[in-house]
Amino acid sequence: MSSRENLLVILFTSFVALVLNILPLPAWLSAIRPAFLVLAVLYWSTMAPFVAGMALGFLGGLALDVFQGSLLGEHALVLSFLTYLALRLNLLMRAKPIFEQSLYVLVALLAYESLLWVIDGWTGRSLSSPLRWIHVFTGALIWPLVVGVLGRFHSTR
Amino acid sequence: MPAFGTTGGRPIYGRGPSPGLRFTVYGLLSLLLMYLDQRAGWSERLRYGLQGAAYPVQVAVNSPAAAWHWLTGSLATRTSLQAQNLQLHTQVQSLQLELLRQHALEQENAQLRELHATLPPLVKKWLVAEVIGVESGTLRQRLIINKGLRDGVHVNQPVVDGAGVLGQVAHVGPWSSEVILITDPEHALPVQITRTGLRTIAVGSGNADELLLTYLAANSDVKSGDVLVSSGLGGVFPAGYPVGHITGVRREANQLLAQVRAAPQAGIDRAREVMLIEFNPANPAAPAPAAASAPGEP
Repeated sequence: MSSRENLLVILFTSFVALVLNILPLPAWLSAIRPAFLVLAVLYWSTMAPFVAGMALGFLGGLALDVFQGSLLGEHALVLSFLTYLALRLNLLMRAKPIFEQSLYVLVALLAYESLLWVIDGWTGRSLSSPLRWIHVFTGALIWPLVVGVLGRFHSTR
Repeated sequence: MPAFGTTGGRPIYGRGPSPGLRFTVYGLLSLLLMYLDQRAGWSERLRYGLQGAAYPVQVAVNSPAAAWHWLTGSLATRTSLQAQNLQLHTQVQSLQLELLRQHALEQENAQLRELHATLPPLVKKWLVAEVIGVESGTLRQRLIINKGLRDGVHVNQPVVDGAGVLGQVAHVGPWSSEVILITDPEHALPVQITRTGLRTIAVGSGNADELLLTYLAANSDVKSGDVLVSSGLGGVFPAGYPVGHITGVRREANQLLAQVRAAPQAGIDRAREVMLIEFNPANPAAPAPAAASAPGEP
């Protein structure tokens, strides 16, 4: 598969993940909803680091900022940091079995939410509930599923 | 130039600048955006553009729900439509009866105020908007509606439904706008308890069915069932619009403040259609335009 096709696939799947992220759901389902876009960005930046670079993380984060109405640039900064880590550590992560990958994802999501939490605090949006941490765990739990689904879209591993 | 991947072979480590450099660039860009959004009002224009770009996606994401609504609406049976028609008919009649009485009351009020002409109506213009999105986030209570600057919506415009106050417009896009609900933790609404006339602030709890009255002293006269209306202070909402009713008061001996909870009157998480209101500044019940800053908005 050429990298151009790959890029289209990456953009398409990321868009679907964004839609899943912002789809209106009942409150309890919304509370446990994993951050699909973050998972997709993590997947593509570890599995196809030459095609999906930091631009994907930055633009995906900006989209989250716009659709979730958070401080403009907040998710963009945190998600570009995650892609930076993924680009640096992708060889380490790709070699691991899938459940160990889930642990890496757990740590990554924990870092993601902690950074958002810190920025929220700095900018005076410190009102937060413990519910915001739930998606860290559900995200790590469905990581094997993410790999299974997104893995179908590309042949070169 | 092998370093730039022009040899045709697969480059060993990435193309272009190193990840560290790229992260620095993107990080600085994000920090700049955050600074502009937090400190300078400049980013309102950027948000305006982005909200316009986001509108088609929001409509697309909402389309299954809208299609379902349309389908159930168009497949409604004749009998259920007749029943609904009858119900609406009786509702209109009772509202008309109340309106008759209200006209008389308004005239009486004008006489009592020794104004010889009747007052101009409080509501100058109103606009019905459809809810096309709900912002997800554990504590965020926001709606996206399908009316924007093109329809004359402006920031801080009050938003109500048939039952009471819903919130106010926080950001305006060309075709859509974002409404911050009264239950959002970043929103504070000046209210008054009708039974005692006590004024206080109702802060959102992040829960669609709860408001918190966090600034009431432990000895203040408030009890379950008291009705809250907007007090007209704060410059956004006019006086006397229904907000909610008190659901629980807890006083503890070692606390200076009572813990008071209220349930909003408006259908916060059920509203599909909302009303945007513009008030006539000549009416004394209208909010004072001088203090038109958003309460609770950072």
